[in-house]
Amino acid sequence: MTPVALTPHSPYTLGTLQSGPACCVPQPILEIKNLTVRYGDSTALDGVSLDIYKGCITALIGPSGCGKTSFLSSLNRLADLIPAAKISGDVRFNGESIYAPGVDVRRLRTQIGMVFQKANPFPLSIRRNLEMPLKEHGVRHSHELKARVENALQDVGLWDEVKDRLDTPALQLSGGQQQRLCIARALVLKPSVLLMDEPCSALDPISSGVVEDLILRLRGTYTVVIVTHNLAQAKRIANYAAFFWMKERVGKLIEFGQSQQLFEAPVDSLTAAYVSGSRG
Amino acid sequence: MQPDSSVSCAPGLMAAPSVAGSTLLTAQVHAKLSERLFVAAVWLAAALVAASFLWIVADIAFHGFAKLSWSFLTEAPRSSGRKGGISTILVSTLLILAVTVAVAVPLGVGVAVWLSEFSRRSSRTARVINIALDVLAGIPSIVFGLFGNAFFCVFLGLGFSIVSGGLTLACMALPILIRATESGLSAVPHDWRQGAAALGLSKAAALWHVLLPAAAPAITAGLLLGIGRAVAETAALVFTSGYVDRMPESLMDSGRSLAVHIYDLSMNVSGGDQAAYASALVLIGLLIVINAVAIQLSNRFMKSRIQPA
Ligand SMILES: Nc1ncnc2c1ncn2[C@@H]1O[C@H](COP(=O)(O)OP(=O)(O)OP(=O)(O)O)[C@@H](O)[C@H]1O
Ligand SMILES: [Mg+2]
Repeated sequence: MTPVALTPHSPYTLGTLQSGPACCVPQPILEIKNLTVRYGDSTALDGVSLDIYKGCITALIGPSGCGKTSFLSSLNRLADLIPAAKISGDVRFNGESIYAPGVDVRRLRTQIGMVFQKANPFPLSIRRNLEMPLKEHGVRHSHELKARVENALQDVGLWDEVKDRLDTPALQLSGGQQQRLCIARALVLKPSVLLMDEPCSALDPISSGVVEDLILRLRGTYTVVIVTHNLAQAKRIANYAAFFWMKERVGKLIEFGQSQQLFEAPVDSLTAAYVSGSRG
Repeated sequence: MQPDSSVSCAPGLMAAPSVAGSTLLTAQVHAKLSERLFVAAVWLAAALVAASFLWIVADIAFHGFAKLSWSFLTEAPRSSGRKGGISTILVSTLLILAVTVAVAVPLGVGVAVWLSEFSRRSSRTARVINIALDVLAGIPSIVFGLFGNAFFCVFLGLGFSIVSGGLTLACMALPILIRATESGLSAVPHDWRQGAAALGLSKAAALWHVLLPAAAPAITAGLLLGIGRAVAETAALVFTSGYVDRMPESLMDSGRSLAVHIYDLSMNVSGGDQAAYASALVLIGLLIVINAVAIQLSNRFMKSRIQPA
């Protein structure tokens, strides 16, 4: 893994942009074993096993409805919110099962953050969007609060745009700014993994590019799992890629590997057809 | 504005065949006429409602204004309300309302939060509560009065008292308040619940910081409807808080509310008409004040969420 270079001129605490797919030391932070997700009687995802490597960007690609969101939301147990969802198999985070009885789900979710397809800043001020989660997780000192809010906003490149209007409603920001605020809100809790469900799909190409650069800067410091329908984007940013496909209306993992290999020399013929654009 | 953009538009219109143009014109005239009729009808409806409201207020003001004075508000009623003022009645009314609000708001918001955030719609308890609410909302107030008398006054031994009256009114206001709060909460986007959960926030934190402030206008509207129903109530109060017009010394004393007073003056007291009109004027004023205060409070609650604590 290339070390993150911090230049003195960089306004971002995460350091400057790295280019080209970095080669990660394959050290799993999340191990998914035989994961199956059912909604009532229908199976959305069947028997998925793969490892998510620390500090890398893993892209999940595949057609609509093949279970990518279901996969993502079973990694931070957000699927618990859906009463009909039944999950079997196991997910290990740093070696420990997140589905074991007695797991502190709220703490788990501070370590595995999530960003959604549609930006969902709370109807609070920009500042309170970031402060409120911190306070709820026991950060009390106003100095620390201030510093962490500023850091998070700088990490997503939003600080200069909003520093003069931190107390105005977050919902007055543009769509792209709102999405970056949501990423900042996830980062402010200092998670080690960030799950992103199509974070750019509702954004214009410029905002999308800004968020993409941001994700690249997260690499190394954070482990990123990103769902994207934009194959070019996946190719540009991912170290690893997983391809999901529907077989008889059940989502399956078809292929998983280094991104370069999956896009340039896929093993499975379905993958080859999908990444070349002839199917899906 | 660039002049050429309007010019480039005009030839297209001119170039349209004349026959098509004339039918277009008649169609336009028709559209204009029906549009005008529609607008006139809407204005008429609005004007009718406004006029009838103004007429009621003007009538009450015309008959009652002469009697209205500072001393009318601060003096106790004498000779069954023909003379003196309504001070004791105002105090009783406000105390009854205070009991109602103090009981109905926490209970109503609590039940609504449970229904919308903690229960499954199909669960047996939720179904029973929902049916009960629908039935309660349709029960005439006289029945609430009889129930309040049997339950609060007699069974719980609270007697004819402000507490009994306030609790009875709370029962009446609850269904409205619960329904309003519940629909306010269900109108809050699901994204925020997901976002809050994904940050590891507790349900209580999500409710307090995001969901309840977002639902605050709906809750306030429900509360105002409930209070409006309560302030106007006579039948439910005659049997529970009674109609003693002395100054209440505690919440366990009987107290006469404004609406009961107005009813009594106009039905049972000859020569009490003017005092009844003046009291009605005060009642309307009170409702306006309560509306303004409630909206102010809910706005401040929302603002306090948006701005730093
Ligand atoms: N809450 C739910 N209840 C019932 N079925 C669901 C639910 N959420 C998803 N599903 C079903 O599970 C399957 C997978 O859905 P999922 O949202 O995971 O797909 P996806 O790959 O994220 O699709 P997209 O690319 O369109 O976001 C779909 O068939 C969907 O209908
Ligand atoms: Mg999805």
